[in-house]
Amino acid sequence: MSSRFHLYVSQRGEVSKAQEYTMRILALVAALIAGGVFLLLLGFNPFEIYATMLKGALSTAGMRQETVKLMIPLCLTSLGVTLAFKMRFWNIGAEGQICAGAIAASYFAYFHNHLPQGILLSVMAVAAIITGGLWGMLPAYFKTRFGTNETLFTLMLNYIIGFFITYLREGPWRDPQGGFAATPRFLKQARLPLVNFPGVGNVHIGWIVMFVILIWVFFYLRYTKQGYELTVVGENINTARYAGMPVKKIILRTMFLSAGICGLVGMLQVAGPDRQLTDAVANGRGFTAVSIAWLSRLSPIGIALVSFLFSVMEKGCSMMQTDFRIPASMSEILQGIILFCVLGGEFFINFRIGRTKKEA
Amino acid sequence: MQIENRPAVIELKNLSKSFGKVKANNNISLKLYPGEILALLGENGSGKTTLMNMLSGIYQPDSGSILLNGKTVKINSPKDAIKLGIGMIHQHFKLVDVFTAEENIKLGSRGKGESISARSLVQSLNLNIDLDKKIYDMSVSEKQTVEVLKVLTRKADILVLDEPTAVLTPQEIDTLFNTLREMKKAGKSIIIITHKLEEVLAISDRVAVLHKGRLVDTVNTKEADRFSLTEMMVGRQVDLDIKRAKTIPGDVVLSVEGLTVHGNEGNVELDKISFSLRASEILGVAGIAGSGQKALCESIAGLQPVTSGSISLSGQRIDGLSPRQIIELGISMAFIPEDRLGMGLIGSMNIPDNLLLKTYRDQKGLLLKRTQARKEAEELVEQLSIVTPGLKTPVSKLSGGNVQKVLLGREINLSPKVLITAYPVRGLDIGASMTIYDMLNEQKEKGVAVLFVGEDLDVLLALCDRIMVLSSGKLSAIVENRFATKALLGMKMVGMTTDKEDEYV
Repeated sequence: MSSRFHLYVSQRGEVSKAQEYTMRILALVAALIAGGVFLLLLGFNPFEIYATMLKGALSTAGMRQETVKLMIPLCLTSLGVTLAFKMRFWNIGAEGQICAGAIAASYFAYFHNHLPQGILLSVMAVAAIITGGLWGMLPAYFKTRFGTNETLFTLMLNYIIGFFITYLREGPWRDPQGGFAATPRFLKQARLPLVNFPGVGNVHIGWIVMFVILIWVFFYLRYTKQGYELTVVGENINTARYAGMPVKKIILRTMFLSAGICGLVGMLQVAGPDRQLTDAVANGRGFTAVSIAWLSRLSPIGIALVSFLFSVMEKGCSMMQTDFRIPASMSEILQGIILFCVLGGEFFINFRIGRTKKEA
Repeated sequence: MQIENRPAVIELKNLSKSFGKVKANNNISLKLYPGEILALLGENGSGKTTLMNMLSGIYQPDSGSILLNGKTVKINSPKDAIKLGIGMIHQHFKLVDVFTAEENIKLGSRGKGESISARSLVQSLNLNIDLDKKIYDMSVSEKQTVEVLKVLTRKADILVLDEPTAVLTPQEIDTLFNTLREMKKAGKSIIIITHKLEEVLAISDRVAVLHKGRLVDTVNTKEADRFSLTEMMVGRQVDLDIKRAKTIPGDVVLSVEGLTVHGNEGNVELDKISFSLRASEILGVAGIAGSGQKALCESIAGLQPVTSGSISLSGQRIDGLSPRQIIELGISMAFIPEDRLGMGLIGSMNIPDNLLLKTYRDQKGLLLKRTQARKEAEELVEQLSIVTPGLKTPVSKLSGGNVQKVLLGREINLSPKVLITAYPVRGLDIGASMTIYDMLNEQKEKGVAVLFVGEDLDVLLALCDRIMVLSSGKLSAIVENRFATKALLGMKMVGMTTDKEDEYV
């Protein structure tokens, strides 16, 4: 008879809130250490790099403005997908919904730019929300009607609309004056005005939109009947049916709102920093938003914090790139490591691993 | 109990296993002899599967021992079991759909030379199966044969089959039984779990009957008949301390005519059921699990589509209506589903939020007001002495009895005319169960029509005014309480007819 060590996984009993948060902070520390080791292997001093990142993102007003500009679409998109995720509807299509909103907004920016700025921008925003929302309702309709898988459906729609932008750029909406295939720049009245963000400086008005939507989502989920309904559908669709909830209607409505917010992001991007319609309008934010939403455990306040952190990291990494010649993809690697550690940490909140001696 | 001098292949000695407070197996001793087919008979929840799971290494016994050919063995995992030559065939197949039968059989045997070739087995056992056929092309019975082969190629001498006939057609059952007889001839020992009497009598050499976790007796099949087995299976009548409120039944509230319901796969779940339920009465529903109870409750509640027949509530047709439409008709019907957290409550939400499920729609405006629900929750906790750390605790953290009180309390607060309860005391201890019975009696006294789907015949007999018995989706009897006995209900549950049928109904 030989004895061996066996690892086993067992479920933890009650976990207090304090323990939960300790675990998450530990995960974050572990992520920084793991990232540090990675930087060490590349031959850099991790402390120096981390310091540069922070400095690069926050030290001057200009840097802070850039960081906020990165944060606006990330935070808003995360809030958008959170509505769907709360209903356990896996909306991986934020990328495409941003594009849909951007196209609708650009249409009015290019073809109805005789309108005064305030009206034009409002029309662009409403068009973006409706178009984004309808684009998101498509997979929701097919799910309620035919039971199709929304993960694949939303994902695939991203490619269709992404390439549609490429078509517009190279075809009908191509700037005839431009040397290479690109859409024309927006006229002044189709651009977002700058508003002073206290302590940061002038940033396009999207930051106000971000705070309004943040408060709205928080309020909607917690204090409205519709928010209650979508949570019930997400937690247990059988109970929702049992309680007589109009499940299909709730799914369609929630997806319209979720995708509508993402569509609005598209409008804010084309009328804000981009000033034209490009096929990089979403630029992977729809996917980053999925990570942010999960890391924040679908809490709107958490989303504000995490999307801020992600923006600092992204901005800081571009600084790191110029100062140390470390590729900016380092930011993505670090994000990946953090995600891995924090999501891995969730496992340890619910389970423990033990070692037993077992007769074999 | 008969005395045997043959050496047993398997001997179970005083096995006990508890899950929480429930004693699933209580001091069970059983022998299996070489080359015999032993049937393990009992109602649902009598402990058959638990016992076999201990033999196949899925559970470890709390006490007692397992002897293989006279030697004590410890079976820590299904792998250990198969090494010892014990193979279990579960109700749910574990096969890779896109592989062929042979590939599935080889899968997991790690290509060691010791295994017997599946092809030679097919020949020696006269099996009618094509080993090159993909699993997704196979019928249920072919898949089962593959499972059997999987176990046999790993040199199992002892086979345990968990309700193998549940998924088969009558013709397929014959084929399976022929296979079992061939295997028996080849010297294998077989245990077959079932609750169908005809099968026990057709295939087994001996029968072990379990009731509520205890072994009632082991008898030779030749010496047994359906009546003796039924009596052993349902147990002797016990007088429980459940009172039956004395009321005079009122008008018919719920009337069901020729109700036929098909399941998702087109199978008949309910076959032309007709009955009526009056105010101030409790109508019990008895039957072996899976006889159509779920379809009955859910079709009345508007959660499962009705194929044909009618359901009327206070004179209004409700068949074909959704739960929402039924609510909008303004007739209050309460439904306590069998899986409380699976349907009926939201586990991750607290008590007030769960109370809101049925009332939030009546609130005006877009906002959700919780003040009223919080007050109601406090009252409910007080009235029903629900044990909870606080109103903010998610209901999934409460014990089963308290979860049930929340659900029943919520439904009763809506002052329903009809109350449908499916296994309302399942998983509850005696104290909590008594509270639930008291609540049901109270409702009955208030004039509510109660449909009580139960599994314990003693409880049904003690609580209900009338008992209807379902057997394979058919209504086999509706018996007045004063005529009902356990033996009668037991026979009706397995679909037997008695001579004096009409007198009871």
